[in-house]
Amino acid sequence: MFETLSDRLTSVFTSLRGKGRLSEEDINSTAREIRLALLEADVALPVVRDFIARVKERARGEEVSRALNPAQQVIKIVNEELVEILGGETREIRFATKAPPTVIMLAGLQGTGKTTLAGKLGMWLAGERNTPLLVAADLQRPNAVTQLQVVGERASVPVFAPQPGNGVGDPVEVARESVEHARRNNHNVVIIDTAGRLGVDSEMMQQAADIRDAVEPNEILFVVDAMIGQDAVNTAQAFLDGVGYDAVALTKLDGDARGGAALSIRHVTDRPIMFASTGEKLEDFDLFHPDRMASRILDMGDMLTLIEQAQKTFEESEVEKMASTLASEDDFTLDDFLQQMSMVRKMGPISNLLGMMPGMGQMKDQIGDVDDKDLDRITAIIQSMTPAERANPKIINGSRRLRIANGSGTQVSDVNGLVTRFFEAQKMMRQMKNGGMPGMPGMPGQGGGGGKKKAKAQGKKAKKGKQRSGNPMKAKQQEAEKAAERERRREQGGEQPQQLPPGLGGGAGGPQLPPGLGGSNTPNVSDFKLPKQ
Amino acid sequence: MDYTIFAVAIFVVAILVFGGVFLIRPRRPESGQPGAGEESAPSAGTAVAEPEEAEEAGTATAGTVTAEEPEVPPTEVETPPPSAGRMVRLRARLARSQSTFGHGLLNLLGSDKLDEDTWEEIEDTLVTADVGVTSASQIVDNLRTKVKVLGTRGPDEVRGLLREELLAQINPDLDRTVRTEPHGTRPAVIMVVGVNGTGKTTSCGKLARVVVGDGHSAVLGAADTFRAAAADQLETWGGRVGAPVVRKDEGADPASVAFDAVARASEGDDRADTVIIDTAGRLHTKTGLMDELGKVKRVVEKRCQVDEVLLVLDATTGQNGLRQARVFAEVVNVTGIVLTKLDGTAKGGIVIQVQRELGVPVKLVGLGEGPDDLAPFDPETFVDTLLE
Repeated sequence: MFETLSDRLTSVFTSLRGKGRLSEEDINSTAREIRLALLEADVALPVVRDFIARVKERARGEEVSRALNPAQQVIKIVNEELVEILGGETREIRFATKAPPTVIMLAGLQGTGKTTLAGKLGMWLAGERNTPLLVAADLQRPNAVTQLQVVGERASVPVFAPQPGNGVGDPVEVARESVEHARRNNHNVVIIDTAGRLGVDSEMMQQAADIRDAVEPNEILFVVDAMIGQDAVNTAQAFLDGVGYDAVALTKLDGDARGGAALSIRHVTDRPIMFASTGEKLEDFDLFHPDRMASRILDMGDMLTLIEQAQKTFEESEVEKMASTLASEDDFTLDDFLQQMSMVRKMGPISNLLGMMPGMGQMKDQIGDVDDKDLDRITAIIQSMTPAERANPKIINGSRRLRIANGSGTQVSDVNGLVTRFFEAQKMMRQMKNGGMPGMPGMPGQGGGGGKKKAKAQGKKAKKGKQRSGNPMKAKQQEAEKAAERERRREQGGEQPQQLPPGLGGGAGGPQLPPGLGGSNTPNVSDFKLPKQ
Repeated sequence: MDYTIFAVAIFVVAILVFGGVFLIRPRRPESGQPGAGEESAPSAGTAVAEPEEAEEAGTATAGTVTAEEPEVPPTEVETPPPSAGRMVRLRARLARSQSTFGHGLLNLLGSDKLDEDTWEEIEDTLVTADVGVTSASQIVDNLRTKVKVLGTRGPDEVRGLLREELLAQINPDLDRTVRTEPHGTRPAVIMVVGVNGTGKTTSCGKLARVVVGDGHSAVLGAADTFRAAAADQLETWGGRVGAPVVRKDEGADPASVAFDAVARASEGDDRADTVIIDTAGRLHTKTGLMDELGKVKRVVEKRCQVDEVLLVLDATTGQNGLRQARVFAEVVNVTGIVLTKLDGTAKGGIVIQVQRELGVPVKLVGLGEGPDDLAPFDPETFVDTLLE
């Protein structure tokens, strides 16, 4: 099956590769693919319909772009529309200016993660120099109060729980008292955790409304599970009618659900998504970034998150060192590789990292197979080599291979494979350092613009595969190309070296491509400087 | 400082480590004609899936058949809180939750002519119920073929056909009994698994009530040692029906809790007929946690065979439910599904897809927060209520 929208579109467009523009037919056939992709991402049907209509409209009116092929053009439109619907900017909490405390109320279906989110939010707010108070107003579910107390303890946030719960006590009363309590004890934020309820349960909805009226919250957050399907629209509407809310918090984003619900809810209720919760630990919580979500729905990778993760994990000096190894005059050696691998591993499981790379969606299955144990095996092989062998793997002959295999507990064929792949990688690194584009011998990418290359790019369009053309890039963007090219080579089995990498994005002032396609949206790429020789 | 360097590093690592995999495998999907590939891909997928499904269905039934002789038919029905009422309630609840779905379909089929738009709308209606695009289009295609072949025009007949089609997708012949009978001196072991927040602990509690209501004794194993107060929650449930709960400190090894629960039920004074093990919610993407789940099952099996592994799926779950089911089935060989929160507006159509792909039957449905809101799943009722 085709996983990503870009793959779907590419398959539609392979037959029209030569054409530089979108015809009515193209748009219609594309529309069906977009519809399927969105539905598979759990975007609600009515929203999909609206969305398609808008995309069609825009695609028709779109100027023929000389730099983008039709598929890219459509993806660009879709991405822009998605980001627009998801809300341009990140929304902040509105704090009560006049009469503290600021009251934040959480509401949602059962099992969406309200109690956990309360703890996360409390900790996050405490980190921002607030003095939050968690309020246990979920007196319905057995031991929800205990859970909140434990969560509060873990987050070092005080919990107000006058009632034992398990069906005893009046949540409205608890909520009312809590505000008083907060005022007396100088808490500037009150987070009220309410019981999970169904949109159709009028009694419970009334209770939620009563709590709302009792405390007049500054923010009501609708907590919703990223895995929710088509029902998202109904539920979101029911809660909007029943309690009303100001913003949405999306939970369980660390799974592989695409989170199309975010789009549906935003579209139907026009409420911004404020927070995203991405894991079981209390720190796994952050403000919501619409552009990243758009990429996720389209399955285009998430470079920004990747980069942030790197920033969190490493010191600047480490990164510099790594960059200098990669760009140094000397050949790339197995030692360098070993070092790189250990750094990459610090960032998390390799399959997660690969998943964040743009365009990796279609390789989801393979990525799923990828195991960090493979990395251990490789490490073992390399560590079984002598320093001389590591510096110069060319000297590894048959008997050395056998020794290495025995030493690392692997097969000779494994060693062979590693060495072969290493030479390949080494060759690529060398090309990269020389400023050439690997795999593109005809186009030494010395950077700079020029119509000549554009023409060439167009000419090459006729060649096979799912290539995308693009306008020329600056030399300093070559880095992105390298990455994209490598990925492309893997996708295409390394053949067809003349292909243009998907990462050929616009240079400054060029047309904006969605992150998955490179272009100036691709974070930081343009800042990257290769030391010139 | 620039961190894109990591992208490069990761790619280099990936190439070196998995080079072979990535260089060879992705060729395949591209080799076919792009246009045709698109068409053929889904059908190829089902062609592969079908034998698998049949096989799994086979093993599923085979597994239960061996143990079936002494079994009381649908255990839950015999629970003290009037069991007959359960089905009525299911019907009533479904009628509420599914009304739009059913009505929409009825209106569509009731219209005089069945043109392209109508078919598309039927498909859309199914998609709205989370049936999934592939399943929905297959159902509609089958229905279309039948209507064409039989020359049916009347809405009633078409409705009958649709009912048949939906039933066929749910496959009413699968064995849906939950094995709670002890094997001689050995207790029946039920493991409850699922992602976070689907209602595992609640389902465990309700299931314990059913078992106790049936005149058996139950022991609950609080193998959810991760979530705050999960064991307390289970204890509250257990306390209500007098089922002892085996628990350990937070952060303890879940496998050891599960083992102890089984050990306690199989010997000594606390001997019980059924052991229900509640596990921590885990996202199927976390391989470490999934391995842990595999371990829990393996460790329990050292002592006692695991009779049922119930996957708890939330009816609101969308297409992700299929992925969840697939991964859980791989790791712990799921024998049945509990579809919870069916009392809301969600339709739980994902079940159709899950059954189709994995052949794992839905055995129980959760219909609310009340202690007895757990009923056996009845495909006929399910489909009938869809069409009522």
